[in-house]
Amino acid sequence: MNRTSKIFRYVLKRLAQGVPIILAIVVLNFFLLNMAEGDAVDVLAGEAGSATPEYMAELRAKFGLDQPLPVQLLVYLKNVASLDLGYSFRHDMAVSKLIIDRFWPTLLLMASTIFIAVTFGILLGLMAATRLNTWKDSAISIFALITYATPLFWVGLMMIVVFSIYLGWFPTSGMENVAAFYEGFDRVADIARHLVLPTITLSLFYLALYTRMMRASMLEQYGQDYVVTARAKGLTERRITFVHVLRNAMLPVVTMAGVQVGALIGGSVIVESVFAWPGLGMLAFESLFARDLNLLLGIFMLSSVLVVAVNLVVDIIYSFLDPRIEVA
Amino acid sequence: MADFWERYSRSRSAVLGLGLLGLVIFMAAIANLVFPEDPFRLAGRPMSLPGTNGFLLGSDTLGRDVAAGIAHGAKTSILIGLVATLASVFIGVIFGALAGYYGGRIDDLLMRITEVFQTIPSFVFAILLVAIMKPSIESIVIAITVVSWPGVARLVRGEFLSLKNREFVQACHTLGMGDLRIMLREILPNCLSPIIVIGSLMVATAILIESGLAFLGLGDPNIMSWGFQIGAGRTMLRSAWWICTFPGIAILITVLAINLVGEGLNDALNPRLRERN
Repeated sequence: MNRTSKIFRYVLKRLAQGVPIILAIVVLNFFLLNMAEGDAVDVLAGEAGSATPEYMAELRAKFGLDQPLPVQLLVYLKNVASLDLGYSFRHDMAVSKLIIDRFWPTLLLMASTIFIAVTFGILLGLMAATRLNTWKDSAISIFALITYATPLFWVGLMMIVVFSIYLGWFPTSGMENVAAFYEGFDRVADIARHLVLPTITLSLFYLALYTRMMRASMLEQYGQDYVVTARAKGLTERRITFVHVLRNAMLPVVTMAGVQVGALIGGSVIVESVFAWPGLGMLAFESLFARDLNLLLGIFMLSSVLVVAVNLVVDIIYSFLDPRIEVA
Repeated sequence: MADFWERYSRSRSAVLGLGLLGLVIFMAAIANLVFPEDPFRLAGRPMSLPGTNGFLLGSDTLGRDVAAGIAHGAKTSILIGLVATLASVFIGVIFGALAGYYGGRIDDLLMRITEVFQTIPSFVFAILLVAIMKPSIESIVIAITVVSWPGVARLVRGEFLSLKNREFVQACHTLGMGDLRIMLREILPNCLSPIIVIGSLMVATAILIESGLAFLGLGDPNIMSWGFQIGAGRTMLRSAWWICTFPGIAILITVLAINLVGEGLNDALNPRLRERN
């Protein structure tokens, strides 16, 4: 069997592995929803101010909440399959629509974060590994150690104090200056200016992670036989580092970027609520205060599915990048 | 023991970490002596600068003493970090030991469950759990435990897999020992060092998760914590930087100290790993 059809089969196999995980997450979601005190009818009745017990029973029958639990679960599965994640009574909107609206700012923030963190992580790790045990190596290690231990929200707040309040270089919050009615390029520039601080904050933690990984990965590659061979045939150290070692050392860092996407979503909840960045994380923060459980569960579900999807994509890319990987 | 200390103290950063951690624990221990009053109480003039009106680290918008909050918050962080870690290690060891020792279907089933929990974005899951259970110290510990155990389970499973076919385990089988006894008395003691290392690093993660939850307003409303202090002070960032700054430094030092100790333990307990670098 040739390699392309092997990879194709591998993709199908990984897809088949992802489905039960997503199913398990949906079922978990259903039970969490049932664990919470009160149901949608209680919320509705609370919103309306008063409701008679008869009316509430009628509403429950209408929503199917009087059915036995397994039946409710089936109905819930069917709803989720048709992308119906319930209704947010606070926002008076379908949860799926709300989530899609707020998805793009989060995607923008995450994409710029991954880009910054991976690029600078690789650069710093490379620098530390090639200048092993010099002051540069120690400085980079200490930087990684400290950022690893700093809570993201605190970094965000300190960034605001220094760069927004004292220096006035960047805006404190939001995604754009709506009152200015910028259009075209001006609007892009305005969003980019708002993007700087949240991106730096969110990328710091991952920057530390990737720096440490890249350093370790470079050192591991330097010990391989092919490096000895390259030296023996008289290649310069510079060529060995940049052409041979670097490319191999980058592989685990790329995979790690996929594995960390779940943590990245968690971090974006924090960073978005610090900088009032109008994405999914901010929406989750708002739904906490509004006690809007349907919405919170919807965000949770979407982010879980996103992690499964990203891991799948990264695995597939990896199998293309590294021909040694076993795909059968 | 002396041998262990000799290997541990070879790393200066590990000793520094231990010293810092000792300071934080000391601060938590004397919190009730130095600041016997409730840290939530109005202690004086609101928004005092650090060093003024008798406030070493200033006071917040409601006149609460920031220094008292930090001292009492140390207790909360350490308590939650330790309890949540012990609970996660307990669950993780049970899952990992059963999966690694028995293998086959049990392994498949347990690892599938672990995989689901590892896939779910942990911080979002923790937020959801606390929001559903209502914020309290118990619900925070439960939430952190639920999101932290899978790492331990995977580690313990790997250790059990590699140890279960060794001669000493086979000898136990021949002697007619029961499975439970082999697992607990023979295999588990042999994988204690990696468990101790991962456990010590998990305390740091647990403290970070707890502070994040408290910052978002999901802390126990009756217990002072560093995350809560920062969350409460953030609206006053423009005029009173100190309310947010000092509790953050406390978190940073504590987590850094625990990470350094964890790395030191790793080097001291697994000396072979050290030489590879």
